[in-house]
Amino acid sequence: MSDGDVAAAEPESAYGVPISWSRDQQILHPSREQYLDLVAALKDDGFVMCVDVTAVDYLAAPERSLPNGVVAERFEVVANLISHRDRRRVRVRVQVPADDPTCSSLWPLHAGVEALEREVFDLFGITFDGHPDMTRILLPEDWEGHPLRKDYAIGRIPVQFKGAEGRATSMRQMGSSPSAH
Amino acid sequence: MTVIEEPEVDHAARLRSGRGVLRMSEVVAAEHGERLADEDDETMLVNMGPQHPSTHGVLRLMLEMRGEQVVRSKPIVGYLHTGMEKTAEDLTYLQGPTNVTRMDYASPFFTELAFSLATEKLLGIEVPERAVWIRMLMSELNRISSHLLFQATNGMDIGAVSVMIYGWRDREDVLRFFEKVTGLRMNHNYIRPGGVAADLPDGWRDDVLHLLDQIPPHLEDLDVLLSGQPIWRNRLQGVGVISTAEALDLGATGPILRSTGYDWDLRRDMPYLAYDQVDFDVVVGTFGDCYDRYAIRLNEIRESIRIVRQILDQMPAGDYKIQDKKVTPPPRARIDESMEALIHHFKIFTEGYKVPEGEVYVAVESPRGELGCYIVSDGSSKPYRMHVRGPSFVNLQCLPHMMVDGLIADTVAVISSVDPIMGEVDR
Repeated sequence: MSDGDVAAAEPESAYGVPISWSRDQQILHPSREQYLDLVAALKDDGFVMCVDVTAVDYLAAPERSLPNGVVAERFEVVANLISHRDRRRVRVRVQVPADDPTCSSLWPLHAGVEALEREVFDLFGITFDGHPDMTRILLPEDWEGHPLRKDYAIGRIPVQFKGAEGRATSMRQMGSSPSAH
Repeated sequence: MTVIEEPEVDHAARLRSGRGVLRMSEVVAAEHGERLADEDDETMLVNMGPQHPSTHGVLRLMLEMRGEQVVRSKPIVGYLHTGMEKTAEDLTYLQGPTNVTRMDYASPFFTELAFSLATEKLLGIEVPERAVWIRMLMSELNRISSHLLFQATNGMDIGAVSVMIYGWRDREDVLRFFEKVTGLRMNHNYIRPGGVAADLPDGWRDDVLHLLDQIPPHLEDLDVLLSGQPIWRNRLQGVGVISTAEALDLGATGPILRSTGYDWDLRRDMPYLAYDQVDFDVVVGTFGDCYDRYAIRLNEIRESIRIVRQILDQMPAGDYKIQDKKVTPPPRARIDESMEALIHHFKIFTEGYKVPEGEVYVAVESPRGELGCYIVSDGSSKPYRMHVRGPSFVNLQCLPHMMVDGLIADTVAVISSVDPIMGEVDR
């Protein structure tokens, strides 16, 4: 395992985009325009498989360390690539603004992202340009909202029993129960 | 490395041509079904699942059939979705394993392991050597139990119903050992950040040795019952074929990728725990069909038994969890003597411990492929974002490409050979 010294000796950019390190793991920070071209260049360079695509909503924690020149936005699309030849992983993080939550799809390069990008669309509401089937995958087709967004309250759903508030009442009763101390 | 090559076929273009893949919403499918009677369509839509016994829980398939032949298909998932990634944002790192262990319920140790390794990487701690080897022991035994489960359900799906009983029998013996160690047959919450929950119980070595003596003859039985049987071979050989290029493009990992002849196993190629200190072979196939995937899992049980024997020889003595007061509560005896120890104990279990800011992705080789865990920490005691890359979820995308132009009877064999666990698909 490499340590901080190795990381410091590395250049600050690769493939023409800024890089950073988190716990010895390399991260590339392309803009939305550079994203597809970067992953294509990586694919030519041996990163033949895209193992994972996910996203993070930084609404509740906008402060985070990013390399110079990268402007923090609300959403980040995170793709994990692997090179079997070099036995190496690389992570690509793309900033996606809240007022225009779109990003290019990796589907032309890696067909396996189809389900993963549908999951991101389903749970974060980020759409991917060039994706063949941008529909919900885990939630029902008529679901409203995107649950993994930080402003999507956990909340409660109405229960189909008479006097559904009874649950809250029973919680309060538990407060006075001897076993609740 | 032998790679299946068909140079005249452009795999990338074929995967994206829409051949075999049905992209249709349920509303459109319902309309299509109503229209069907009065039009002379050559194809019809057939719904399979989610309660079909061969769909391994709640997988649902929309099949477009021409007679007995599958033209296009679409796996529909989400019936078990309970928002576990959202739940994880509300649990401390100590509580995290209780949540993730419920994802892949056939191999729960692996999700616990991926979560714990990711948390430890964020914390920058190294667990004691004994904990590493205990984790390896439990992982490999879990791989055995998971692959035995596959043998059972695969046999049942194809029609060899007695195999189901044999597979469940041996799996149950392994689970009985898990119960002795962790207190539970499944959903163990045993591997935790900082080590494991408890040391191995007295007599564990004899129990494991007993398992290792008992399982191999039963695998020979499976060979006799299945591997050489003409009916078994006819049902599986040449069915659900996928090439290396397609598997790589689709992100398929584990036995599916290896069945195409691609020699890749994270345990050997990007070692974690102490896999670089044990000797084992990576089992690969040749044809990328259902039979290869069956044979790979059968032989991976044998390789895991080899690994477990080496673990028994090399199991070091020492602590089973890290003696770092930050993540490990003080020993019980200290709580009686010291007020500070009591407060410390209380704090760890209520507030949890703070994890420094950062983000990591850690992957392990689960019985189904690459199981990854991506955690973003904002410096608090709960993950800001926790994502699990489930191998079954990604592998399911191979289904339409494996089933295209096949018979409807073969869809059952194909689903079974992918070995999806829906809890981890839907999370």
